[in-house]
Amino acid sequence: MIRLENTTGNDIASEISVLRRRMGAPATGMVMTLLVLADETSQADATLAATQAAHEHPMRILVLIPRPDSQFDRLDAEISVGGEDGPGEVVVMRLRGALAQHAGSVAIPLLLSDTPIVAWWPHDAPGVPQEGDIGTHSARRITNAMSESDQIAALKKYAEGYRPGDTDLAWTQITSWRTLLASTLDADHHQIMGAEVHVLWATAAANLLAAWLGSRLNIPVSVVESDGPGITQVRLITTDADITIERPDGKVATLRRQGMPPATIALPRKDWGELMSEELRRLDPDEIYGETLRALDEVGQGSLSLGVVIEENDNV
Amino acid sequence: MTERNPLRDRRDLRLPRVAGPSAMVIFGVTGDLARKKVMPAIYDLANRGLLPPNFALVGFARQDYEDQDFAKTVHDAVSEHCRTEFHEDVWDQLSEGIRYVRGDLNDPEAFQELHRVLNELDQDRGTGGNHAYYFSIPPRFFSVVTQQLQKAGLAASDSGGWNRVIIEKPFGHDLKSAQELNRVVDSVFPPDSVFRIDHYLGKETVQNLLAIRFANNLYEPIWNNNFVDSVQITMAEDIGIGSRAGYYDGIGAARDVIQNHLIQLLALVAMEEPSGFGAESVRMEKEKVLRSMILPDDLDRHTARGQYAAGWQAGVEVKGYLQEDGIPPDSTTETFAAIRIDIENRRWAGVPFYLRTGKRLGRRVTEVAVILKRAPHLPYSDSNSEAKDLGSNAIVFRIQPDEGMTVRFASKVPGTVRELRNVTMDFQYGESFTQSSPEAYERLILDVLLGEPPLFPRHEEVELSWRILDPVLAHWAKQGQPEQYSSGGWGPPSAYRMMSNDGRSWRRP
Repeated sequence: MIRLENTTGNDIASEISVLRRRMGAPATGMVMTLLVLADETSQADATLAATQAAHEHPMRILVLIPRPDSQFDRLDAEISVGGEDGPGEVVVMRLRGALAQHAGSVAIPLLLSDTPIVAWWPHDAPGVPQEGDIGTHSARRITNAMSESDQIAALKKYAEGYRPGDTDLAWTQITSWRTLLASTLDADHHQIMGAEVHVLWATAAANLLAAWLGSRLNIPVSVVESDGPGITQVRLITTDADITIERPDGKVATLRRQGMPPATIALPRKDWGELMSEELRRLDPDEIYGETLRALDEVGQGSLSLGVVIEENDNV
Repeated sequence: MTERNPLRDRRDLRLPRVAGPSAMVIFGVTGDLARKKVMPAIYDLANRGLLPPNFALVGFARQDYEDQDFAKTVHDAVSEHCRTEFHEDVWDQLSEGIRYVRGDLNDPEAFQELHRVLNELDQDRGTGGNHAYYFSIPPRFFSVVTQQLQKAGLAASDSGGWNRVIIEKPFGHDLKSAQELNRVVDSVFPPDSVFRIDHYLGKETVQNLLAIRFANNLYEPIWNNNFVDSVQITMAEDIGIGSRAGYYDGIGAARDVIQNHLIQLLALVAMEEPSGFGAESVRMEKEKVLRSMILPDDLDRHTARGQYAAGWQAGVEVKGYLQEDGIPPDSTTETFAAIRIDIENRRWAGVPFYLRTGKRLGRRVTEVAVILKRAPHLPYSDSNSEAKDLGSNAIVFRIQPDEGMTVRFASKVPGTVRELRNVTMDFQYGESFTQSSPEAYERLILDVLLGEPPLFPRHEEVELSWRILDPVLAHWAKQGQPEQYSSGGWGPPSAYRMMSNDGRSWRRP
């Protein structure tokens, strides 16, 4: 690792090329630039997760840590190229003083040419991620409502500021639930009248799952409190026996439906690295996420609420 | 009851297609292939959440196992060879559906027992009467197994479920035997229930070949005899036959590799753009180009074969083919084979395609090299003594290892006046990237369970490839001993000769 103190974006860029040349490996084959907008508390985990994702997606990772509290306006950087951490490059930068407001100016000379740019806020993204000097450069913007103290408020904020190309890691977290639910309904079943999502406390993931089920199946969905961890059960209420998927331990789920023996399936919760790997697989807007966020809007209007079994919807 | 699943949306690309309820029966489950490739791939699929929760796996072999012992064997094979991380949770879920049937392939009672086990699984696990039979056994047993399956009532789908057969190469040893094999299997199972696995076609780079050709504007305009001089397809192995003497002797390099892998690669490189990437359209284009392939008239001049001799390879002393255990000292089986194929159509007339494969060669590599014609005029030629192939560009697809693509072109040497040199431009799927890209078997097994056959050659293709290769094999059969070549090199002198006869030379891969 090389440390550059009181430096500039241009100097960092030329240092990367020097390191690359010394290794005899020019920066080809990298598929994107990932901008990570972190703070000191999240930067270590976020960098680790991004490095894990770089095993699947060789990329340049730029970790930008604003430090407006600093006395001096200056840029410090740590550069790692290649090696144990995978094929990509990682630059962790601290933007001190007034520089904290100008992350974009630091990042621009470091963006790989002609490849996509993805921005990730592991914590506390702006209300409209697409705006601002980072978001405007990025084709994809990844937020993480799961790391906020009030996840529901955070999700609501991102829903209001949604632009195509945004996604949230809470949405990524429920892909395995959605996969299991979708394949469960590939088989014949009775008409589904409603659903329940059981969860430890109000989480963005549970709300998104409820909103997705509600909007796709056009049914009322309630989020019910449980002992956790995370989402512990999804119950589909049919005109006959219910279909349930229970996951009491956060790892293995059991699917129960009428006429079939109970089936177990591994449904582990994923860490940031796994979530980011999935997230970076597709760089086009996730329309289903956008539509689910719009369905989430109905939360406030009473068709979907937390901790309460809601009244049946008129239009079912 | 339900017509369309509202949870599925074409635009929801995150949701993978998960196989429906099904059971897979593996014949020859104690063999190397089943242990090292098939079962680990099944675990990896389960780990990626692509298998249904009630998936069942039935092993069929002669060894005396209880279900638990068998599960233990699978456990060990899987934990040693799986690509993704080994999780006991996933394993536990998978192992609940593992059964073992002991029996001889000739024994009708064993198949009755298999029938009983499958019925039980359909009941207890809800596998829905969907059965895939994986023939991980030598082809001489295919006929007896298909007949046993039929007699035991396991081939017909009475309960509305499907029955599919998966077979591995070799698909026969010549046209006649391939037709016989196809007749046997097709007499019991309809053609779209027979899946011939050519694991090469499941490889990421092979799939990428089509993407690079048809999703770009850069290559297709030059993909013809106006610009292409020749194409070289190489599959070289650095190892000898190892413990496969029984399988290999009498088969040889051409049947083992050229008939399937190399001719399939050739078809993908040379075929016209399919109207879609569905099974039917791709197959149609492949068949069309296979039908246009012809051999040279003079097979002595344009083919080569050899046997590796004792020697040193990469610093290790190695045996010759004839000295390998289990190989008769007068064996005429070739371990190196090279042939020239021409394609008679507007796009490719006059462009030779050179296919070569061998064991104990310089290094392990599989690649497709498209070599372009030299630039019509080289203004630099007077000053340059360095490379005679200067200005002849090449586009190389590396199938393995270092999966990726290389473009070769000339560039000026810095500081000199007019000195040029060939340089390469490289695209690699970084090393770690390929680690997480699925193993070919995973993709193929999933496609079987989903019933999506685009990557599986139909029997027409198999027969067409034999039709191309048969005259070469017949010609070679009359020639006696193949030429010896030194281990660790790039094949026998005749291989070099067949190229110099055409005024060309092999690329060093």
